[in-house]
Amino acid sequence: MLAASRAGRASLWIALALLAGLPLVVPDYPLYLASLTLIYALAALGLNLTLGYAGQVSLAQGAFMGIGAYGLALFTAQGVPFLLALAGGAALAFACGLLLGYPALKVKHHSLAMVTMGFNIIAFLLMRNEEWLTGGSYGLSGIPRPRLGPVSFADDRAYYLLVLAVTASVAALAARMIHSPWGRGLRAIRENEVRAEVVGVNLRNYKLAAFAVGALLGGIAGGLFAPLLRYIDPHAFSLERSIQLLLMVVVGGLGRFSGPLIGAVVVTILPEILRMTQGLYLILFSGLIMLLVLFRPQGLIALGDLFRPASAEGRR
Amino acid sequence: MFLQDFLQLTIAGLAAGAIYALAAIGFVLLWQTSATINFAQGEFVTLPAFAVVFFSAVLGLPFPLAVLAALVVSAGLLGLAVKRLLIDRLLDRGVLAIVIATLALGLFIRYSLQQLWTPLALPFPDLFSRAPVRILGVAISTEDLGNLGAATLAILGLHLFLRRTRTGAAMQAVAQNRTLAATLGIDVSRMIAATFVLNAVLTGIAAVLIAPVYLVKYDIGIGLGIKAFYAAIIGGFNRTFGALAGGLVVGLAESYAGAYVSTQYRDAFSLGLLIAVLLWKPEGLLGLREDG
Repeated sequence: MLAASRAGRASLWIALALLAGLPLVVPDYPLYLASLTLIYALAALGLNLTLGYAGQVSLAQGAFMGIGAYGLALFTAQGVPFLLALAGGAALAFACGLLLGYPALKVKHHSLAMVTMGFNIIAFLLMRNEEWLTGGSYGLSGIPRPRLGPVSFADDRAYYLLVLAVTASVAALAARMIHSPWGRGLRAIRENEVRAEVVGVNLRNYKLAAFAVGALLGGIAGGLFAPLLRYIDPHAFSLERSIQLLLMVVVGGLGRFSGPLIGAVVVTILPEILRMTQGLYLILFSGLIMLLVLFRPQGLIALGDLFRPASAEGRR
Repeated sequence: MFLQDFLQLTIAGLAAGAIYALAAIGFVLLWQTSATINFAQGEFVTLPAFAVVFFSAVLGLPFPLAVLAALVVSAGLLGLAVKRLLIDRLLDRGVLAIVIATLALGLFIRYSLQQLWTPLALPFPDLFSRAPVRILGVAISTEDLGNLGAATLAILGLHLFLRRTRTGAAMQAVAQNRTLAATLGIDVSRMIAATFVLNAVLTGIAAVLIAPVYLVKYDIGIGLGIKAFYAAIIGGFNRTFGALAGGLVVGLAESYAGAYVSTQYRDAFSLGLLIAVLLWKPEGLLGLREDG
């Protein structure tokens, strides 16, 4: 599971309980930010599978979020129930991940980033230009918050709890995957492709699966994103979003399971704290990333390792 | 009528393509000598354009001097400083570290220009007359012809530099095999620095040519950088002048697609081309197959 030790698991449950108690103490706007952070964390978690564990530089996670979001909005508009629509959007993202993964696997890392970037640009153009389906630049509005049986999640607080529940369950599943033999195969590829292949890891299938599962998580995040704002437009899923998600993974700590969560918190909350600096925040942020790459290549999560006994080093 | 349109589109496509090629060739040179994928290449065009405006409109230098000053600033900041402060420290840390660092550098330049100078588009003086010239009865834009000519001259100059000078030859040796070049006594680090300076000059020239068309705005680099990537991949990463062919292909594809297919999907067209090339010939049109 997430952390092998009993203490680790206990602290995980405590963190989850604290997060669940958040709606009792914080006002509307911070709670909205918390929902947003969880959603970005989920998308970044997916990207971390592709990038951090399988070592594939992808700049298309924003597009996968978009596919999930538009999928959910269009399905619910047809009267499909929320959970099914969420699954439908995510399945669509998964399928696109497979489709993109196929040509992407034929190229090396430097071209891979460009291909995925190109995919994001095409997806953006489709969202913006195909007005009959996506509403064009005006986007789609009036996306309802779900109702599951007798429980309505229309309220901001209730919807936050739903986001938390979905994110935590998906994260737990992903953690299980990472620690399965499949996850070990992925890491073997990242460390040394040739060696991994020699010991019998099928590179192609593994990379393709990593891509598609990463996309799936992005799709689920998008599906949660749409009802949060009740409105989506193409700009929410542009290349800029993909870059932002990539930075979250790197800032947090590449290939470390909780890295994306830390990254999502930093990338979403920091601008709010630095708001009084106005646009200077963007300059500070990009400067900070450069410093981080130069001096803390393992990401912010590695700061915690400084206080850990040496034996814990290298545990992922 | 059709033929005339076609000719005009071709010249316009070649002119734009030659400017993309300038940025793309620099991009490929960086990759070859130092395995740097420069995600800030677009901003390497934006910054010199702002520098020209700064020297000419703000400090009041005459235009040619302003261009010269901008090229020097570009070579110093985007060439030497970036190489020394960023790339040197990341060289042996692999491609991903450099990708992230240059990605952040691009954002840093873009946001700095937007926040500290202006989010609006600044005007840039026309280099060539706006009136078209008539060749064989066909009206051709003087600007397109002039840009095509100037870019061709720059590329010719680069070709001569790489082929005829010792530094050029040493740079090519480093590009082909860093370890072997070092064994032969070539100062690899200096050659990488020379490549960065050369790249900054190329993007500086591209900036001066493209600025009258695009105007000077903090975000013009986004599209330009992407087109330089496309050109480099389509032409082939391991052939310097493959990027030239790639740039022209991208420029022409855009020009034709914008007129004959759809303006809305203009950008998607060169992208489709890129994906087709990757599937059919992953090493690029002119690229050499690499093993391993």
